[in-house]
Amino acid sequence: MYEFEYQKPKTLAAAADVLKKKKDAKLMAGGMTLIPTLKLRLAKLSHVVDLAGMKDLVGIKATKAGVTIGAMTTHGAVAASAAVKKAIPALAHLADGIGDPAVRNRGTIGGSISNNDPAADYPAGLVGLGATVVTTQRKIPADKFFLGMFETALKRGEIVKAVEFPIPKRAAYMKFPNPASRYAIVGVFVAETADGVRVAVTGAGGCVFRVPEMEAALAKKFAPESVVGVSIPTDGLNEDIHASAEYRAHLVTVMAKRAVAAAIGG
Amino acid sequence: MDVNVSLTVNGKKVTGKAEPRTLLVQFLRETLGLTGTHVGCDTSQCGACVVHIDGVSVKSCTILAVQCEGKKVTTIEGLAKDGKLHPMQQAFHENHGLQCGFCTPGMIMSAVDLAKRNPKPSETEVREWLEGNICRCTGYHNIVKAIMAGAQASHDLKG
Repeated sequence: MYEFEYQKPKTLAAAADVLKKKKDAKLMAGGMTLIPTLKLRLAKLSHVVDLAGMKDLVGIKATKAGVTIGAMTTHGAVAASAAVKKAIPALAHLADGIGDPAVRNRGTIGGSISNNDPAADYPAGLVGLGATVVTTQRKIPADKFFLGMFETALKRGEIVKAVEFPIPKRAAYMKFPNPASRYAIVGVFVAETADGVRVAVTGAGGCVFRVPEMEAALAKKFAPESVVGVSIPTDGLNEDIHASAEYRAHLVTVMAKRAVAAAIGG
Repeated sequence: MDVNVSLTVNGKKVTGKAEPRTLLVQFLRETLGLTGTHVGCDTSQCGACVVHIDGVSVKSCTILAVQCEGKKVTTIEGLAKDGKLHPMQQAFHENHGLQCGFCTPGMIMSAVDLAKRNPKPSETEVREWLEGNICRCTGYHNIVKAIMAGAQASHDLKG
């Protein structure tokens, strides 16, 4: 790791202030991506601004309308939450499949979405459910939050406070994990919501994306066979030692089919 | 620039100097001399470095020492009480839950966290829990047996 200064501000305003004044400062939530990135010297920072002191960013609130998860809530806490399991079991299942138990004890929802790794699970959950990201400045719909590989709509000094999830009629998340890292080679979140059917794909491309053809087919008939005939083009899909673009395209249909089956099954 | 870090390790209050970039595992091994916590991969994958921070399992190669200011850290050295092995350590001994032994400290610390949450884990639950603990000798069979026995023994001990 290159040297840096460590700060643990007590308020979001103080954290935002450091970001504004120091151009090579970065926020740290759970650190499960940032620390490995620093260790590999893929980043050189002047300041690491630890958000661990923000206790009001931790917690889960459930109402009839939806579930709000604080930005510093760990994946482990979401996976174990009785409220999330009851309201949106697919989201608890998604959180329970991130990394491994020790990583889930530290990694947070706010950190994951702000980083926007192309193979992270949460972006599919947020876009699939039509969630809203609450920041220190505004509310951003998930569809407009994830802009590209490791790129979000967040401005300099803007910090994620929470994510609001509406409760779907039914939903499920299925992923084909990389056997070593458990990142999604392809993950598909399918939800039947009040505003229609949503299909969100992570791991396959540079950023989470929706599949309108599948959404239309599922809106007509919410059944696994509805997506069988829908394949996505390989243009722009990720290609690496783990899977070719063709294989990823194939997996999108397979995972979507399994997700629909799981959503119907309960 | 060094900063002072104060935390409780295995029940004892300690203060030491660390750079902001010093990892907890370096602080434990190099500053405090607690070499029971191992560094295997150093890339957050293998779990040889798992310790408990405020009672939950964490990879000590992926957290800064300064983040642990004021926290309670338990390492493998802190499990045995009055010369008597922790039930999970005893179970690893009795079931020969190791081959070379390098991954064992992390395996045991992860297993103790599992046993607290789930006193009677099934074989599948144990194997799923070990997602982040890699045994390079591939000695999982006896490790899984040991954890199931150790969880039961920890549970029985508490009554």
